[in-house]
Amino acid sequence: MLSLAARTTLGDTELDVELEVEPGECLALAGPSGAGKTSVLRVAAGLLRPRAGRVAVGARVWLDTERGVDVPPEERRCGYVFQDYALFPHLSAWRNVAYPLRRLPRAERRWRALELLDRFGLAARADAHPATLSGGERQRVALARALALEPQLILLDEPLAALDARTRASAARELAAVLRETPVPAILVTHDFTEAAQLGDRVAVIDRGRIVQQGSPSELAAAPRSAFVADFTGAVVLAGTARPGPDGLTRVELEGGGEVASTDAGEGPVWASVYPWEITVEPAGEKPHGSALNWVEAEVLTVTEVGNRVRLGLAGPQPLAAEVTAGSVERLRLRPGARVVATWKATATRLVPH
Amino acid sequence: MSSRRAFALALGVCAGLVVLFLALPVVAIFVDSSPGALLESLGEEGALDALWLSLRCTAIAIAIVLVAGTPAAYLIATRSFRGRAAVITAIELPLVLPPAVAGIALLASLGPSGILGGAIESAGIRLSLATAGVVVALVFVSAPFYVRQAIAAFGAVDRTLLDASRTLGVSEARSFARVMIPAAAPGLAAGTALALGRALGEFGATLMFAGSFQGITQTVPLAIYDRFATDFDSALALSAVLVAVSAAILLAVKLLVRGEPLGGWGTR
Repeated sequence: MLSLAARTTLGDTELDVELEVEPGECLALAGPSGAGKTSVLRVAAGLLRPRAGRVAVGARVWLDTERGVDVPPEERRCGYVFQDYALFPHLSAWRNVAYPLRRLPRAERRWRALELLDRFGLAARADAHPATLSGGERQRVALARALALEPQLILLDEPLAALDARTRASAARELAAVLRETPVPAILVTHDFTEAAQLGDRVAVIDRGRIVQQGSPSELAAAPRSAFVADFTGAVVLAGTARPGPDGLTRVELEGGGEVASTDAGEGPVWASVYPWEITVEPAGEKPHGSALNWVEAEVLTVTEVGNRVRLGLAGPQPLAAEVTAGSVERLRLRPGARVVATWKATATRLVPH
Repeated sequence: MSSRRAFALALGVCAGLVVLFLALPVVAIFVDSSPGALLESLGEEGALDALWLSLRCTAIAIAIVLVAGTPAAYLIATRSFRGRAAVITAIELPLVLPPAVAGIALLASLGPSGILGGAIESAGIRLSLATAGVVVALVFVSAPFYVRQAIAAFGAVDRTLLDASRTLGVSEARSFARVMIPAAAPGLAAGTALALGRALGEFGATLMFAGSFQGITQTVPLAIYDRFATDFDSALALSAVLVAVSAAILLAVKLLVRGEPLGGWGTR
């Protein structure tokens, strides 16, 4: 098991994290850029020495600032995949992978490197230099190199960020398979919640140097403990003031006008969050007639295709987003400037204290 | 004539003038000296001595510059410390010193009556009027060319390469040799070429600091100067030899880095 605790100053952010990762588990560390994600990886690898902290993998203590223990990076055996892969430009693919194997005899070194490349379908590219490899190939060479030393801990810094959208899907599947097969703890850093949900067994959301919430991806999406987490997981967040209603529901008076109901309890300043796919859109003027209690009038600002869905940016009393199908966009003539009513259920409305 | 064509013409004329002006004197050396006279001049007393001395002193000086300058440049490029800018300026200063000033500066510091002159003498080392003095002068004038270029080359290498090397089980000292030097190699080679050219052509500082004694301190440039008043043809032939040797060295270095003048390997 990896246990890591670190406190240090990064520019104007104060990093203060504590986390544990079980063997075979992948913790996705997700958050916006500048939150301190990469610094956590660097502390784990020994590339950044925190002011105070402790890093241990199993019984081995790598860092203990109280006892003056600080094992240098070259003795920690971390499989670190850097954001831009950091392949050695002067070495061919197989020599990159063989780089950490310098204690093996020559022939065995090449054989082992080729075996690893073959596992990632790259045997034919063994003699190619990094400059001639595609983004996806570079990512796999970096992964093969990181696994060559049989690491005690795997660290992945935005492993998919440098790939184009098409390569990313297959690379993500492949990476998920590698993570499943590898019996050591892994930390994956990403700024994309979908990626975190896809690759992480558990997601820790980090903001301004602190882990604000940890849990399974669905737990985070369903029960965000802060507006930041709700927003990060893709939810629409509306500011308002809550008071208990007569029917057992909580009423939230929205800033800028309008009122929504929620089945969550709450009182005083709150964030009301709802996922875009829970929001339905109807032409303006029609009174909502379904079971949805909440509705606001809004104007369509943007119409953006996201895979097989369409995301509508809406200007209401506060900004909103709704996800609908392309068919609905056609049928309801949803163009920028169209007036609509956005509706959603009180049961889909989460409340978080402000 | 359209302004676009006029501009293209102006560019062409300027480029032509620049190439002509720079190439003409060099070409003239070869036109004016027949191959026969060239060989003959090498047979003259002192010419081969001068060439051999030039090559030997340059080789030793460049070896010293590489061995001491490479780690120094790495340190300056990869660490931030107080006074870093001042250190870089001190290294670059000899670049702008007139050769005569460089000679005086060497005399004032390492010469017989210079600051360290006594210490050097009591250590049993003789620099003035000795071959060792030529090497010192060459190191002094050529080192800035290499070190400056090497600092830029190391500075341009992605620092995560070093981080990657260390997480892969290789200490910083070994990473320096296995990753940083190869990744900076094109820039280091370019710096070496500049330093070689400067050392081979060194004149003023050598003359003032080491003197001009045939076989001991008279390098090819000094031998050329020695002759040109009395025997212009001989000076011309010796110049042609120096140009050919310099060009051969420059070409060899360029071939070594496969036509990458100052660039890196690129990480993409």
